[in-house]
Amino acid sequence: MRYKFLTAAFATTVALNFAGPAAATDLEVTHWWTSGGEAAAVAELAKAFDATGNHWVDGAIAGSGGTARPIMISRITGGDPMGATQFNHGRQAEELVQAGLMRDLTDIATKNKWTEIVRPKSLLDSCTIDGKIYCVPVNIHSWQWLWLSNEAFQKAGVPLPKDWNEFVAAAPALEKAGIIPLAVGGQPWQASGAFDVLMAAVGGTDTFLKVYKDKDAKFAAGPEIAKVFKAADDARKMAKNTNVQDWNQATNLVITGKAGGQIMGDWAQGEFQVAGKTAGKDYTCLPGLGLNEVIATGGDAFYFPLLKDADKSKAQEVLAETLLDPKTQVAFNLKKGSLPVRGDVDLNTANDCMKKGLAILAKGAVIPWTDQLLSQDSQKQKEDLFSEFFAKPDMTLEEAQKRFADIIASAD
Amino acid sequence: MSSSKRPSKLFRNLNAKVASIPMILTALVVFVGGTAWTVLYSFTNSKLLPRLNFVGLDQYHRLWSTSRWLVSIENLLIYGAISLVFSLVIGFLLAALLDQKIRFEDTFRTIFLYPFALSFIVTGLVWQWLLNPDFGVQRVVRDLGWTSFSFDPLYNSSLVIYGISIAALWQGTGLIMCLMLAGLRGIDEDIWKAARVDGIPMWKTYLFIVIPMMRPVFITTLVIIAAGIVKVYDLVVAQTSGGPGIASEVPAKYVYDYMFFAQNLGQGFAASTMMLLSVVIVIVPWAYLEFGGKKRG
Repeated sequence: MRYKFLTAAFATTVALNFAGPAAATDLEVTHWWTSGGEAAAVAELAKAFDATGNHWVDGAIAGSGGTARPIMISRITGGDPMGATQFNHGRQAEELVQAGLMRDLTDIATKNKWTEIVRPKSLLDSCTIDGKIYCVPVNIHSWQWLWLSNEAFQKAGVPLPKDWNEFVAAAPALEKAGIIPLAVGGQPWQASGAFDVLMAAVGGTDTFLKVYKDKDAKFAAGPEIAKVFKAADDARKMAKNTNVQDWNQATNLVITGKAGGQIMGDWAQGEFQVAGKTAGKDYTCLPGLGLNEVIATGGDAFYFPLLKDADKSKAQEVLAETLLDPKTQVAFNLKKGSLPVRGDVDLNTANDCMKKGLAILAKGAVIPWTDQLLSQDSQKQKEDLFSEFFAKPDMTLEEAQKRFADIIASAD
Repeated sequence: MSSSKRPSKLFRNLNAKVASIPMILTALVVFVGGTAWTVLYSFTNSKLLPRLNFVGLDQYHRLWSTSRWLVSIENLLIYGAISLVFSLVIGFLLAALLDQKIRFEDTFRTIFLYPFALSFIVTGLVWQWLLNPDFGVQRVVRDLGWTSFSFDPLYNSSLVIYGISIAALWQGTGLIMCLMLAGLRGIDEDIWKAARVDGIPMWKTYLFIVIPMMRPVFITTLVIIAAGIVKVYDLVVAQTSGGPGIASEVPAKYVYDYMFFAQNLGQGFAASTMMLLSVVIVIVPWAYLEFGGKKRG
């Protein structure tokens, strides 16, 4: 795997060296943006960086974050660091920072006044460890969206639901018309993410924070969370006929009207765009499932491993500044379907759904996401639990909730 | 060479001993050293990076109270029993049939051995398609007219491990057949003649004379099959990636997922130590019988 990847990286370097000016510093950037919309977005970053006279060496790793992160981490810990790498900001790179493998960006941050321009503030907070800044957030991705297929509801002869409860009520009609009410793919993170979304929507912001931030296990075993599990049970029943694995296959079911809806992050919007669908006409989005309009400030950030090469270190600084440049932010986020991390940029060309998201962001209705609150270990345990829960109709709610409370009790 | 002293035993065959030093070092450092290191760190709370911060048996407590691990162990037992019994039985039967001096023996041997040339990843993908209800066996039978026919083991939590076993048997039985065939060919023709003279039926000759004589072949085969069982990983990843839910998880996948996805080295090490332990529990009594017995007898 890794050899193939390195060979590919070398091949790109060689091929592009012929074209580029010899004086430019090559900086290898690894990321896992490989789907259609994502690749278009990352090309914008590369273009902006190449315009500074340096050279972006693309190190895309296919197969989503779960596959890419182990490769990135083993390269950094194994003494073969890249110039810069994507992570979800939060706790994924925490230990790499603590081990002194990552570069402290505080100087660049103070020089460019990042604390003033980055919004919401919590983004920069999750890049900060012991008062020092270690990463550059590039976008805000939120999970809290319900994507609905207008066509599917028309076919079933029911009005478009305005929130989760109406959606659940419409499920029998959809099923009658041969439509899967809710598409949930088989990848474990999808089930786990959908549950977290339900927690914030059905339970509310305080409930969400009490469980994931304060890690109150007693509360997690209580009646408030039982309500969330009841909703998850509805979701499980509605999703039982989805026989696909990947999230974009599940999104595709909604795009083609074979499924009524999907709980998925705003990256799903890129797929709707690539398929040539229009927000409001072909599909509808309900932030916070229409119940609790909040946005979680998860997302992507770039981290810079500590390098010995002075030229490359200099190029890292340039890249860090380029990423937060207003022009780059607009170009990148429009293609990616995500929200920019600075409030002072102009997004006139944004579509309906993105505008809804921007409005919520402007109101300040934001919550931190589980990537920021929980360790990868707890996240994985949660994924195991919910992928089992969604695949096993005979697993009782009591049992699932008890195991959930156990995970919260031992969470870190 | 001085004739007064006998050359030390240590220096006999010096060239051969020098030549094997790299392998001895590899075995000691990589296998034994790596194993010791893993076991040591399984008692720590290492997360992304190894750290010597001992927490006693905590990782093992957590491991054995995790339902995914218990499901993995159960799956390994089912998968192990199936592949052990069926690959031995089918492999031996095929070999015995091929041994009847039939025509086109080479052709049949090639056909049966061919799946072994494929990796587990390819095998897994092929069988994922064959067992997919929309494209595979179920679809074909339904198109033939049996519209209520249902065969989708990979989408049924309680059957999925059998679906995986089918693929593993398809891939591995050919090799077992070849090993058995070699063993059968090693049996002296005179034994067959003697048995025929005594009027012993063929099946009895196989069961009571030939099979006991093939003991070394059976032991080799057993070791090969057992090693394949414990390390099964790629087949599951290619066929189901552990799904539906966690119904087809196996221990090796648990180790990988917790070491790299969950960034919890301690937990992964504890799981791999348990895997080692299970192998040791099987190997030690066997080695004792096999080698300990010989010295006494």
